[in-house]
Amino acid sequence: MIETRGLRKSFRSRAGRETKTVDAVRGVNLEVAEGEIFGFLGPNGAGKTTTLRMLATLIEPDGGEATIAGADLRKDPAEVRRRIGYVAQGGSTWDESTAREELVLHARLYGIGKADAHRRATRALDAFQLSEYADRKCKTYSGGQRRRVEIALGIIHEPKIVFLDEPTTGLDPQSRAHMWDEIRRLRTEGMTVFITTHYLDEADALCDRIAIMDHGEVVAEGTPAELKREISGEVVLVGLDAATTPHAAELLDTEAYVSKLETADEGGLRLYVDEGATAIPQVLRRLDHAGLELRSIELHRPSLDDVFLTKTGRSLRES
Amino acid sequence: MKLARDTWLIFQRQIQLLLRNPVWVFVGVFQPVMYLLLFAPLLKPALNAPTQAAAYKIFVPGLLVLLAIFGGLFQGFGLIAELRAGVIERSRVTPVSRLALLLGRSLRDVVSLVAQAVIITLLALLFDLRVFIGYLLLAYLMLALIALMTSAVSYGVALKVKSEDALAPLMNTVAQPVLLLSGILLPLTFAPGWLQGVAKWNPFSWSVDGVRALFAGDLSNDKVWQGLTIVAVLAVAGVFWAARQFARSVR
Ligand SMILES: Nc1ncnc2c1ncn2[C@@H]1O[C@H](COP(=O)(O)OP(=O)(O)O)[C@@H](O)[C@H]1O
Ligand SMILES: [Mg+2]
Repeated sequence: MIETRGLRKSFRSRAGRETKTVDAVRGVNLEVAEGEIFGFLGPNGAGKTTTLRMLATLIEPDGGEATIAGADLRKDPAEVRRRIGYVAQGGSTWDESTAREELVLHARLYGIGKADAHRRATRALDAFQLSEYADRKCKTYSGGQRRRVEIALGIIHEPKIVFLDEPTTGLDPQSRAHMWDEIRRLRTEGMTVFITTHYLDEADALCDRIAIMDHGEVVAEGTPAELKREISGEVVLVGLDAATTPHAAELLDTEAYVSKLETADEGGLRLYVDEGATAIPQVLRRLDHAGLELRSIELHRPSLDDVFLTKTGRSLRES
Repeated sequence: MKLARDTWLIFQRQIQLLLRNPVWVFVGVFQPVMYLLLFAPLLKPALNAPTQAAAYKIFVPGLLVLLAIFGGLFQGFGLIAELRAGVIERSRVTPVSRLALLLGRSLRDVVSLVAQAVIITLLALLFDLRVFIGYLLLAYLMLALIALMTSAVSYGVALKVKSEDALAPLMNTVAQPVLLLSGILLPLTFAPGWLQGVAKWNPFSWSVDGVRALFAGDLSNDKVWQGLTIVAVLAVAGVFWAARQFARSVR
């Protein structure tokens, strides 16, 4: 549905007398399949918005190519515009207009006739549970309501692909959960959804596939499960007394399902295994058999943050 | 066809928002009305005019051109608010004509300027100003072209600088000399030769002269068609330049 090759963009910004060049996006290759929720995960300043704005025809790439819903980004941006929807990070509604007015106007800007635009607006207001406030000015909406209006605007012309730039940033947990449901609904309706986020849990729970972006480059790509499996497998933390630890290490090191064994700093052992859920009963049985007393046992599944840490040397939570 | 349709859509929206808050039309007209009521009465003796009406025929055209210039030049502030709200970017992802994004807005400014000009003219009638209606409409055409140009330029500059802090001093710096060099408040016939020479290069001084000729009932005065031609050419140039900024503006 989307294919990019070597997409690049740098900005020149002037700070006083000096001009500085920021390489915001440095050669991004992506493939997004039809009907999936694709996520761009990365810290602030990674280049997510810049990439999206290039794909949405708002800024011209310095280099590279992209095909979006079958249209060539460089050669036929007008056709790309007709086939995509785009919802900006910073909002796009006008305080003094009502949701209905915004939806009707936006539909009409896509060339849709008046009666049809009104029908679509009503349908969208229903679908996004906005009917109650449809004729109130946007400035009276809550953050979550306003975000839903903006998403409704982005898909009013039924595009094949919709780009949502940080759709849940700044929303309270309940509105976020609501928004996730809305986004899943778009996928059910056959749309390809491309979101950006800097929330690990969002990328994990919502996206079918993700690309992790840092400093303008994609550093990893795959399903969340694949990415996590790729880095370390799962870790079983076995809590033991200092006295029994060496003996236990000797016993467990020879087990087939343990790919690597370390003595933990805090005492006890770290066992690297493929699948923690099946390893734990075997560990319990082995230690029990040898009469070794276990203080605790814990399963640690790698998170996307561990993936980010492995790929960039930093934690996403801190950056 | 698409251009006309898109322009109408944008224009309709802008007018709707303006009518929701029509107070701005009156705020805009407040200052010229004050000039009309509190400054113009000084003019008959100062200009040595035979009657009050004669003084108004000289003063009101200048006042209207002033209104058109300033009304247009400061429209960019509204656009910066729209930029900040993301409304412009939202429009730019649709296939809407970029020229229409500009024209729809500028035409709203023209309409609100003409409404203001009508208010001023009606008030001036109370002071015995009389102008033939055909000539008055031609004068309004001149004003409309001026407002079209100044508002387009203001939008173009707003898209380039993207901040009120940069736009305000820029517009003031341009407006002050333009204003003084156009003989708006007093005719430049009172000016020394060098000042008249400089003013020749100010397009607005031609339009002020043109509108004065029309108010005086002097259609055969060359200044009329010259003034109209100059502002028409500048308006077209301004509109195309500003529409280009809409097509390429970043953020
Ligand atoms: N219009 C611009 N002018 C100058 N620098 C920009 C502009 N837009 C983005 N940048 C810079 O490009 C980098 C990437 O920004 P962005 O794409 O917004 O990141 P993200 O969306 O991942 O937070 C940042 O360093 C940002 O400061
Ligand atoms: Mg961003």
